[in-house]
Formats: sequence, C-alpha cells, structure tokens
Amino acid sequence: MTDSAVVEEKIAGEVCAAAEDARLTNELEPYLRMDRIPHIWCSGCGIGTAVNAFVRAVIDSKIEWKKLCVVSGIGCTGRVAGYLKLDSFHTTHGRAIPFATGLKLANPQLNVVVFSGDGDLTAIGGNHLVHAARRNIDLKVICVNNFIYSMTGGQAAPTTPKGTIASTTPYGFFENQLNLPQFVEACGAVYVARWTTFHVRQMRKAMVECLNKKGFTFLEIISPCPTLYGRRNNYRAGLDEMKMFKEKSEIKKDADVRDAVMIPGEKIVVGKFIDRERPSFLDAMDEHYREVLKDAYHPYTGAMI
Amino acid sequence: MKADPIGVNSGTYFMDGDSACCEGALAAGCRFVAGYPITPSTEVVELIARRFPKIGGVFIQMEDEIASSIAISGAAWGGAKTMTVTSGPGFSLMMEHIGYAVMTETPCVFVNVQRGGPSTGLPTMPGQQDMMQARWGSHGDYEVIALAPNSPQECFDLTIQCFNLAERYRVPVFLMMDECVGHMTEKVVIPPADEIEVEPRHYTDLKPEDYYPYKDLENQVPKMIKAGDGYFVHITGLTHDERGYPAMNADAHQKLVNRLIDKIRDHVDDIVLLEEDGMDDAEVAVISYGISSRVASRGVRLAREKGVKAGQLRLISVWPFPEKKIRELAQRVKAFVVVEMNKGQIVREVERCAGGRVPTAGALNAGGAVHKPEEILNTIMGVAS
Repeated sequence: MTDSAVVEEKIAGEVCAAAEDARLTNELEPYLRMDRIPHIWCSGCGIGTAVNAFVRAVIDSKIEWKKLCVVSGIGCTGRVAGYLKLDSFHTTHGRAIPFATGLKLANPQLNVVVFSGDGDLTAIGGNHLVHAARRNIDLKVICVNNFIYSMTGGQAAPTTPKGTIASTTPYGFFENQLNLPQFVEACGAVYVARWTTFHVRQMRKAMVECLNKKGFTFLEIISPCPTLYGRRNNYRAGLDEMKMFKEKSEIKKDADVRDAVMIPGEKIVVGKFIDRERPSFLDAMDEHYREVLKDAYHPYTGAMI
Repeated sequence: MKADPIGVNSGTYFMDGDSACCEGALAAGCRFVAGYPITPSTEVVELIARRFPKIGGVFIQMEDEIASSIAISGAAWGGAKTMTVTSGPGFSLMMEHIGYAVMTETPCVFVNVQRGGPSTGLPTMPGQQDMMQARWGSHGDYEVIALAPNSPQECFDLTIQCFNLAERYRVPVFLMMDECVGHMTEKVVIPPADEIEVEPRHYTDLKPEDYYPYKDLENQVPKMIKAGDGYFVHITGLTHDERGYPAMNADAHQKLVNRLIDKIRDHVDDIVLLEEDGMDDAEVAVISYGISSRVASRGVRLAREKGVKAGQLRLISVWPFPEKKIRELAQRVKAFVVVEMNKGQIVREVERCAGGRVPTAGALNAGGAVHKPEEILNTIMGVAS
C-alpha cells in the first residue's frame, strides 16, 4: 500500500467514524435511507437543508408517513426522492407532476409531494405545472430554485437572473426570467410561498401548511449552488450566497406576486403570497357527477385493485 | 381471476373497434385512463369518459401525450390498472415513458390506433407504420409486447389480453390497432363476466422488512407493491439494484437489462399468438397482421384458385417476433410474402428469420388505404413463378 493510499484509508476511516457518531445522534435517521448516505450533493448546497426541513415538517404535520409519497424529476433536487425512506419515485426529466397526478388520482388516500428543481419543474415541466395548478390536483410541489441547471453543469434555466453567468450564457443571461410565484398564482395554485434556505423555520412552517392544505400548493425554496451558480457569480462559497439571502431577503405579509421577480443585487421578496380555497380536481369531479348523473354516478374512491 | 361484472357490458353488439377497445379495457379492470385527443383514437377515450363515472373510474384528459404516458405509470404504482390511447404522432411523444415503464417494470397498456405517417400524415386514414417504433422507439435495449387486432371483436379480446400480459410480465403492452380496425363496425360479443379471465396484479406476500422491489422474482418477474402500503420502495428509471437504488456500474446494468430482456424472450412461447389458414400444404406463406390480414386472406384464396398453394399466417402478437415459427416455415415453404401498410418493417424481420433460405417479397404500400386483393395476388404469383 502506498503512503497516499494509507493516508486516504485513514481519512476514510475518520470520516466513517464521524458519520457513525452523527448517525447515533440524528433523530431524522428513521426517515432517511441511511444506506444511501453520504448523499451526492456538494458542500454548501441548500437541498439538504430543504430535505431536513421537509422531514421535520412531516413530523410536525402529523400526517401518516406510510401514506406519504415523494416524486422527483431529474437533476440535483431530483435525487431527493431517493434519500427519503418512504414510497419514492424518481421519474423522467420534467415529468414528476404528471406521474404524481396519476399516483394521486389512482389512490386519493395518498399524500403526494413533488420535490424537484427549477429547471425540471418550470422549463421542461412547465406545461405540466400549468395544468396541475389549473386543475387543482391535490399535490404539494416543493421547488428548489438554485437559478441554474446543476447536475448537467451549470447551464441557464428559466429562473436564471438577468445578467448572471451560466455555462451556456458566458456573456450573461439576457432573457426575461420566470417569476415563479406569479406564474403559479396565475395558473390557479391555492397556496404559494417562497423562502430561502436561510429561513429554515419559516420554510418548515410553510411545508406544514402545504401538507395540511388540500389542493395544489407551491413552495419555492431559493437555494445556493456554490459549485455552478455561485462560483461564476461572485458567491464562491455556499455561505456567501446564504449571506446574500440574509441581507437581501425582505419578508412581506401577503406580498404581491408581481414583486417576486428576482433582480441581482436587489431585494428577494419572501413569504406567503397566496392562501385561498378552490375545489380540488377530485372534489370537483365528485360534486359535478353527483349533480349531473345523480343515482347513475358510482362515487369514485380510488382505482386500486 | 374472473372479471368484475361492473365493468363488463355483456351482450351482442354492432360496435366499432375503438368502442370495443374501451369495453375490453373496462372488462380487464382498467379504472384509470389518461389521454390526449388524437384522431383516429379519440372514440376510445370519449367512450371511457362516458362510462367511467358510472362504474367508478377516473379519466383525465392530460395536457399532452407526454403527460398521459407518465401519468399511467404513476397510477399503476398507485395500484390501478392503467391505459393511454393515442395515434402515431402521440406515440412518438410517449417514447421516453415507454422506456421508463420498461425500466421500472410498470404494468400499463398503450393503445396506438395507427394512421398514415410520417409526421401529421393522414389523420383519418390507416397505416401500419409504427410497428418498428413500437419495437425500438424508446432509447436503450428492451423487449415489449405488441398485439395487432384485425376486427372489432379482437379489439375487445386483445385489449383484455394486453392487460393480462402487462400484469404477468410487468411491461408496457401495446395494442397496435389501425384506423380501419378502429372505425369499422361489426358484431362484437361481450361474454358474461365469469367467462372473462383477468390476470390479477401480483403483489408480494413478503413483509416490508424482507422485501426488495427487484428481488422477489417469479419467472424473472418481480412481485409488486402498492404505494402507501408501508413497503417504502424507491423506484427510478436509473439503472438500479435489487433494492431499486441507483447503481451506476456496468455489472448492475448488465444484470438488470439482461433480466428485462430475458423475462420476455424466455417466455416467447407463452406470449406468441398466431393464426394459420391453409398452411399445411402451403408453398407460399403469406404473413400479415391487423387489417391487412383481411385482404391478405382474399389474396390467398385468389392464388389458390389459380392453382398456387398459398397459405396464410397471421401475427396476432407481433412483438416479441415469432422467430421460431418463421424459421420452421423457412424449412418447408418456397417463399414468403409479407403484406403490410408500410414500406417494409415486419418484412425485414421475416427476411432475417428466413436467413436467405427462401425468397421474401413484400406487398407493401405507404398507408392511406388497405391493399387491393389483386396487389397481393400479383405478389404471390410473382414469387410462385
């Protein structure tokens, strides 16, 4: 064995021992697939923070863990499903929402959460986002927005702020960006909120509100990506971007979704934008058929065999 | 298992193929359908939308075919028997999720009422040009099952068969109809529920702590679970190990892909459905499927009248391809004629299996209309002389 190999083995051993210590003290362990840890996310990434808050929110919300399903698309956030110890589905790029729609409609007793990234949910998956919100399918969508396509190497996304650098916009992004709260509000979501990974308590509370609310809810989590976004845009470490979130965030009560646009160097409006009531897809279907078909209607309780 | 009577509209009807397909799906136990309108398949989902509220199912008209094709996978994991219905251009959009259903071993049914292509082509006219797309359209290596009905009665019978095969092998199964068979109206007999054999979903009986989603195998096919039952499975389209966890290495990939392929290839004899007519003494074997087979029968009769010993082999299942049968025929017939509404798809499979032993001719057209019997007769006479 070479010297360097000995050193590597020693470090690996120390890392394992440290992980073991952490394991013994981690109260979230029963909810995670510990046999898949360490996860693939970079140091300084905010996705782990979001997952941590999510598990705690599920516990807070008192919903039945067994009936909870998480569906992800592709990309860094797409890997969330794989680390949670529940029925989890890692689907194709952009298609977490329609997969989740099928899952929820087949078995309405399930709580279905879509946990995915901004590129996945709003670019390739944009059309599905529109229509799931419009129909008010009872899905909880958690969108981790790090302004970039990370797993493929830092290409621009619909959420990339104007003027910032991505690997496909070496001279700066010049397109208009998508303001996600405004977009999903217009589509009909019953709950819309935004927090950054700096706001862990608020994020957890918003997740509880989503889980306990019937209908299509949307939570945007602004998250650092030091490796592919920050590095190119003056935030070398994850902490730099977190500091920016702390300094620039402006918590607003019942904020206007039009104020949620992100301009580099300017404020980031966070908070709850929308909390309203609309009948969910299945409730509307049930009510409509009862009225139209009367006794001929066979009430829908699920398609399970 | 017998069909649930609530979904079975027993009786004798004058019915078109699209309607018969809908009735077949209901009889098979399908209670979730996601679809997007496309001619000439829309009648299937229109009837589904009419029937479901009265029997307890949900039809959702999705925003596009891509959404439809993945919604049915989601619903299958939710515990439903599921189907989507489309035609050529929509089938093209669904390809990624056919691969996803193969990789995650999700039982589901895709109905493709074929029209003339490529591109938007001939929306209201028939084609059989998606046969190779059904076989190879999604990326990667895989095996699927495809059946091709030639009458409204078979649209009913084979739709049930599609659901049964999907459950037995946990693969996406295709009903490769065509515009003619979808829109033609004929007598359809829907038997009583207790005469309809329906394959149940094969759920595991292991406890959650003992269960690995891709380990509990029977005939190479894993036993399934239903989301929400506490098994805590992870399902991914990535190459995965027995636990369903991503496994990014060549060994895991070989093992998984080999099993996905072998679970079909090793059971070809159980899947293949053929119909033979006059093949005992045939010197020219006329091979066809779907609507083309009905004109092919006429071509074969005309050839017999002219003294040519022609026989007909109809492929009711097209994929997996009945290689054994074609190889066996290549030992005893003098020529093959393949009748299909495309410019050469299944004819290549026949040529491959014939291996140069006997000549193979195609009676081919580009779609839009079924063959004239004379065209088939001419092709038969051409190889017979």
